[in-house]
Amino acid sequence: MQYSKKVIEHFTRPHNQGVIKNPDGVGIVGNPVCGDLMKIYIKVKKDKKRETIENIKFETLGCASAIATSSMITDLAQGKTLDAAMKISRNDVADALEGLPPIKMHCSNLAADALHQAIEDYKSKK
Amino acid sequence: MRKIYLDYGATTPVDKKVLAAMMPYFSEKYGNAMSIHSFGQEALEAVEKARKTAAGFFSAKPEEIIFTSGATESNNLVIKGTINAHYGKLGHQMSKSEKPHIITTVFEHHCVLDACKSAEKEGLAEVTFVKPNKDGIISVLDVERAIKSNTILVSVMYVNNEIGTVQPIAQIGKMIKKNNSKILFHTDATQAVNYFDCNVKKLEIDLLSMSAHKIYGPKGIGALYIKAGTQIMQVQHGGGQEFGKRAGTHNVPGIVGLGEAINQIRYQKSNLKNLVSLRGHLINRILKEIPGAKLNGSKIKRSPNNTNFSFKNVEGESLIMMLDMEGVAASTGSACTSGNLEPSHVLMSLGMKHEDAHGSLRMTLGKYTTKKDIDYTVEKLKKIVEKIRKISGNVLADYYSTEK
Repeated sequence: MQYSKKVIEHFTRPHNQGVIKNPDGVGIVGNPVCGDLMKIYIKVKKDKKRETIENIKFETLGCASAIATSSMITDLAQGKTLDAAMKISRNDVADALEGLPPIKMHCSNLAADALHQAIEDYKSKK
Repeated sequence: MRKIYLDYGATTPVDKKVLAAMMPYFSEKYGNAMSIHSFGQEALEAVEKARKTAAGFFSAKPEEIIFTSGATESNNLVIKGTINAHYGKLGHQMSKSEKPHIITTVFEHHCVLDACKSAEKEGLAEVTFVKPNKDGIISVLDVERAIKSNTILVSVMYVNNEIGTVQPIAQIGKMIKKNNSKILFHTDATQAVNYFDCNVKKLEIDLLSMSAHKIYGPKGIGALYIKAGTQIMQVQHGGGQEFGKRAGTHNVPGIVGLGEAINQIRYQKSNLKNLVSLRGHLINRILKEIPGAKLNGSKIKRSPNNTNFSFKNVEGESLIMMLDMEGVAASTGSACTSGNLEPSHVLMSLGMKHEDAHGSLRMTLGKYTTKKDIDYTVEKLKKIVEKIRKISGNVLADYYSTEK
């Protein structure tokens, strides 16, 4: 098993790591059984009818690819409209990281799910 | 960058004296030990010398030692070979319906576990998997209780490869022979040969597996002690080498290396105290200086070279990778490095939580480990654990609070 340079980069220096106080939405996915847990926080900006992700942060307990995918999803989602962010898929995250080892495609590639959950959470509170 | 190897439990470097002993057997003395000419005889002489060395070490007769490709092969041969011999014997007695019973433990190496499970699946044997206590020790009484009238083999590892716990092999051997002397007793001594008494007479062992690469010998060579008269049938057919028990051209340089590696063990015995104190230093510093750290497996009944910790809110693969970036090589029981998505079966057998098994770190010391190595490692480890915990934040606690 070998990780891409991009995965190592994001793993060693993750982007947007941390907590948003009073977030507009949170998503938490994974479980301790498989070993990966991710939490995504979002702050949404409303401009007329356009809702965009103004700020996004993550906390992740997991392997290198779990941390790297969390970091990457924050980069991909930042500034996007909620509709566009909902369309970011697991594959988009993996591609942006120049690929993940096959075994990691399912278990550690949960960041897109966490983002979608955070957006749903925001919508459900409206 | 400083490079520190703390994964001697995975493999060891070949000792320079071992390598020197092996060298002539590649290009100069390259004969096939089964050939009758002088080239062959020269190779045969080297093979028999190594066999004598191994036999002496285990207090066995030379003809009770066979060479294999390593402990995995030795262990497979034990499980499959004793089952095959059982059916071979019964063939004459016309009672093939009697299925043999094997007792082993849930925390054996996968080569023993999977060989047993495969025999179970094929309907060739029934198997009882004995569980250790929370300290990682198998109870003699639990093994005794598992014995049935059709038990043919008990296989218990000497030292667990992940948590380094030492099993009561002598007591189990004694109990079995008292119970039914026909039951064979096998121990996988791969992690024990370096540090523990492997006198098969004293331990009342019928079969013992070992690997050279764990004792500063080369990879791809191992041995199996088979007590004279033990019913075991070959698995690999061919040229009739190794008393018809293991076919295949002798790996002469490997066998010579194994012999010399065993020879070197006695010089190491004087170093044992030093190793124990280094290991104690590592355990003490980590438990004292890193909050949320726990030692897995008994602190007392433990191999001198083994440490295994769990860190709260830390995942093992991340830990190993960051340590590697600082030049420190170690291993983990996290699922993320196992390839099968399951955390270590050894740690789970101690009743640990998944997240603690995922957050485990095994550091195994060896004869080249220094106090400086240990201190450097602890300093780096402290920073890395802190960094990983910053990334994981409160996510585990949050998960449990939303679950409820």
